[in-house]
Amino acid sequence: MGNKQTTFTEEQLEAYQDCTYFTRKEILRLHGRFRELAPHLVPLDYTNNPDIKVPLSLIVTMPELKENPFRERIVETFSEDGLGNLSFNDFVDMFSALCEASPRELKTIYAFKIYDFNRDSFICKEDLEKTLNRLTKGELTAEEVALVCDKAIEEADLDGDSKLSFADFENMISKAPDFLSNFHVRI
Amino acid sequence: MPPKRKNSSIIQVEDVGMDVDAEFDSGSEDEARRKRIQNRRAKSQRKAKLTIEEEEDEDEDEDKAPRGRGRRKRPKPIDSDQDEEDEDKGKRQTATRRGRTTSKKKSDKEDSNDESGKEKGSRRQTRGKAASKTQKEEQNKDKKENAKGKVEESKDKKNKKGNSSSDSHNSDSENEEDQLSEGEIEALKEQVEEKKKLIATLRNKPWRMKKRLIILKEAQEFVEKFEGALGKGKGRKLYAFKIMMAKKFIKFKRDFENFKTACIPWERKIKEVESHFGSSVASYFLFLRWMYGLNLILFGLMFGLVVLPEVMMGLPYGSIPRKTVPRAEQETAMDYSVLFDFGGYAKYSFMFYGYYNNERTVGVLKFRLPLSYLLTGVGIFGYSLMVVIRMMARNSNEGGDGGDEGQFTFSWKMFTSWDFLIGNPETADNKYASITTSFKESIVDEQENQKDENIHLRRFLRVLANFMILCCLGGSGYLIYFVVKRSQDFAKLDPRSLTWFQKNEVEFVMSLLGLVCPPLFETIAELEDYHPRIALKWQLGRIFALFLGNLYTFLFALFDEVNAKMLDEKAVKNATEWAYQEYYANYSSFHNTTDVPPLNIPPADVVRGPCWETAVGIEFVKLTVSDVQVTFLTILVGDFARAVIVRFLNYCWCWDLEAGFPSYAEFDISGNVLGLVFNQGMIWMGVFYAPGLMGVNVLRLLTSMYFQCWAVMSSNVPHERVFKASRSNNFYMALLLLVLFLSLLPVIYSIMTLPPSFDCGPFSGQDRMYDVVLETISRDLPAFIGNILTYASNPGLIMPAILLMVLAIYYLNTVSKGYQQANTDLKKKMQMARDEEKNRRNNKDSTNQMMKDLEDLLPDKSLFKPQVQEKPPTDAAPEKGSKPTKMKPGTAGVNLHKEVSLASPNPRGPVSRGPGPRGGPPGNAMGPQPGPGRGRGRGRGAPPPRR
Repeated sequence: MGNKQTTFTEEQLEAYQDCTYFTRKEILRLHGRFRELAPHLVPLDYTNNPDIKVPLSLIVTMPELKENPFRERIVETFSEDGLGNLSFNDFVDMFSALCEASPRELKTIYAFKIYDFNRDSFICKEDLEKTLNRLTKGELTAEEVALVCDKAIEEADLDGDSKLSFADFENMISKAPDFLSNFHVRI
Repeated sequence: MPPKRKNSSIIQVEDVGMDVDAEFDSGSEDEARRKRIQNRRAKSQRKAKLTIEEEEDEDEDEDKAPRGRGRRKRPKPIDSDQDEEDEDKGKRQTATRRGRTTSKKKSDKEDSNDESGKEKGSRRQTRGKAASKTQKEEQNKDKKENAKGKVEESKDKKNKKGNSSSDSHNSDSENEEDQLSEGEIEALKEQVEEKKKLIATLRNKPWRMKKRLIILKEAQEFVEKFEGALGKGKGRKLYAFKIMMAKKFIKFKRDFENFKTACIPWERKIKEVESHFGSSVASYFLFLRWMYGLNLILFGLMFGLVVLPEVMMGLPYGSIPRKTVPRAEQETAMDYSVLFDFGGYAKYSFMFYGYYNNERTVGVLKFRLPLSYLLTGVGIFGYSLMVVIRMMARNSNEGGDGGDEGQFTFSWKMFTSWDFLIGNPETADNKYASITTSFKESIVDEQENQKDENIHLRRFLRVLANFMILCCLGGSGYLIYFVVKRSQDFAKLDPRSLTWFQKNEVEFVMSLLGLVCPPLFETIAELEDYHPRIALKWQLGRIFALFLGNLYTFLFALFDEVNAKMLDEKAVKNATEWAYQEYYANYSSFHNTTDVPPLNIPPADVVRGPCWETAVGIEFVKLTVSDVQVTFLTILVGDFARAVIVRFLNYCWCWDLEAGFPSYAEFDISGNVLGLVFNQGMIWMGVFYAPGLMGVNVLRLLTSMYFQCWAVMSSNVPHERVFKASRSNNFYMALLLLVLFLSLLPVIYSIMTLPPSFDCGPFSGQDRMYDVVLETISRDLPAFIGNILTYASNPGLIMPAILLMVLAIYYLNTVSKGYQQANTDLKKKMQMARDEEKNRRNNKDSTNQMMKDLEDLLPDKSLFKPQVQEKPPTDAAPEKGSKPTKMKPGTAGVNLHKEVSLASPNPRGPVSRGPGPRGGPPGNAMGPQPGPGRGRGRGRGAPPPRR
């Protein structure tokens, strides 16, 4: 521990624990992982809150995200600048929201943001198509994609504006049986 | 207080798409209140400075409005700037952020101040606060914030030293509190509670980490500062302790969960299969795993309570006749065939009923083995029943909203099917494949719905198919009965003159039927042309009937045999008794003494009865083993060999083997599931007569898990049309329950009515098996318990009890019906609300004829025009207003969404486009035509700027 003691002050660790679902050890490990991504960028000493960001291209190489079809979106969603550069705070935030303990409401919010590709706070057809193509690696034909997107909108769209607002999304997700078990990254 | 907190947090949620960073207002409101309290003390000295700051704030609000809007396009530089700024300014960010939010929403710089005031007003009103104060409060707040920011900065320095500094805060606050009145303390308490709650739930808020940290700090400081007022030091320790314990507990729980999940075996294997073959094949393996767990527990019960005590503490092998191989069998007792027909040593081992001694107690522990044997045998049924029913209940609970399962097929697939845990490229590929398949299957499903064909032909074919299948079932039943009968004839002959086939005819025929009939049924089912999912159900039902018929035919035949054996036994028993009497008489007359030494015959030579229980046990074990053999052979030949041939002969064959005729095998879900279920039924039935059967079964399940996993991965192809066997888990469970019940019957029957063999097994010498219980009650338990039980078994008591139970069932049934009714009503209501909403949005007129008529009746629509046109500026206000109301904690689910959609569209509907068409042709006011056009236009075209 002696070495890691200098990474964060006790106070910082406490604060992180209050703000996330992680234990102290996990936070330290997260820092380790974060540092691993860019050893030359990220300092060991975080006591004075250095403002350092790791670019998206490095983050997505993490094995936890590597295979995820939405990895860029996830990282972008959690980055404060929206471009995918993560500070350590964002990094912790990301895994906290995706961890097992975080509640359905929180996950729903972030899931919505992740699936909202063009960030217009609606999941529109374009977003759905992108989602679908990433999920199936583009193996569905164009008609199939169109059909599925139409169907999905028809199912979940409550207010008939042919795109999904957050309320629609929440309503739909709240009933999904395996959302919680699937929207989950173990660090 | 909690409602307020919730309000604001949900509002936050609502805005999330646009702005996660936005401060939520009630937080600052709290501050406002706190400020009010502090205000009295601090007002005068700070005032001058604050006004300046306030102006700055307002400037900033305006500054940020355009920037906020721009953020979406080029977010990075501005945002980071802003945040740095925020950090510097600490507290002030609340105000600025609020500004940002409002401005973003309105996208109207000039309006922003105005609007925010209104917004606040509406929110406060809903919370029962006076709206008039808002403006002032806002100012106050800002002042306070700044003031406090400074105070806290100084505090921060102290804080850095550690927690010890908290004492000083405490004293500070105590000084201050002297000046506070009762009411203020109350308010303070409330605030502290609120802050605490905020700290506890902070991690649930969708904010940036930076903001969370800042808010956390604020809240903590606040609590630290004012908590002394509540607990006076002592409460604090307790609080800290509580927090610590809570944290520990949470951690422990998490660790335990982790441990539990780590204990579940084959997770990866099943995941692998799942990703290759879809959920339906995986459901078989899940079921298999579950069965394995169940059997492991049953095995533990049986071994721990019956087998081990007998082996460890009972008499050893060879000490008494029942534990010794008879002389006549000894030369063949070690044959290889013992492994398959369980004669020889196996027959006289702990595997079977006959081995167990009827001593009341064994060993130094005075373990009551016969009692334990009976209770374990019955307990296994009890435990299995409980587990199966509990599992069924859990499965049906898990569905939860399963009623509208079909409602969100595509959206769920789209948004919840990717497993974020996947980190392995191969698995990811499989997942892509399986998701693609599942989409395809849903598409097929969807198209299937719209199919329509010649009904008469299909009906005829279905009747024909069912007739053929009934014939098959009858035939197979008769065949089994015939074979079992014949085997009894064979049994009377000399075993050495029989061929292998004659000895194993029953098992052979049963396995063969199980092998041949299901594919036959499947072929016949082709005639019916059902949807694959329904076809699967039918297939399952038919195979179930087949197996059930076979099993029960087998059982009846077995009972015949048992009866014959019992006659035999009686003869043997009489003969032995007679021989003993003769011996005693002879001995006493010969030696002229009454002190007769016991007859000294080696146990292997003692004449003994047929011991029907062991015979039954052997039948079941043999059946199980032959079943395993057949299953494994089928997999090896039918799947593996076929796959090998198809794969390698394909290079030198005249047609494409892979795509053409033999192709690769598909995994037969229904057959495998039913095989498993029936096997379990046989285990349940047989385990009473053969305690070792449990061990055999555990081994069987273990090997078949690995073997089938390997086979399915190596030589099977995914189903051409994979259909998610939805809720099939409960279907399997229901089958299992039925089989459990059916296998319970014969065992209970034999325990209650058949007399046990006189010279083997733990119940020998008793009239009925359950006499063991009676004996224990009368001899080992205190007398009053015996009395109580006698009273309890009195018909006078049992009848009312049964009546009571019937009444209870009736009552529960009624209640559940009522709930069901309510449930369907609610669902219907929801559906209606949804449909109406959709219709209204899509084409306004066609929803409700009545409303349309009314609308047509309005003579002069131009009258509405001015009103309508006035609306645009206030456009956003009602929308904002609608949000807090909708988010009231009480209103969950339906109402929530209904209100959103109800509230926002109405004002805007006529606003955005309405005036145009209406105003355009004034003479056409009666015409309904503009309606749909209007509606659609609004629905499809870009809505008015919303943000």
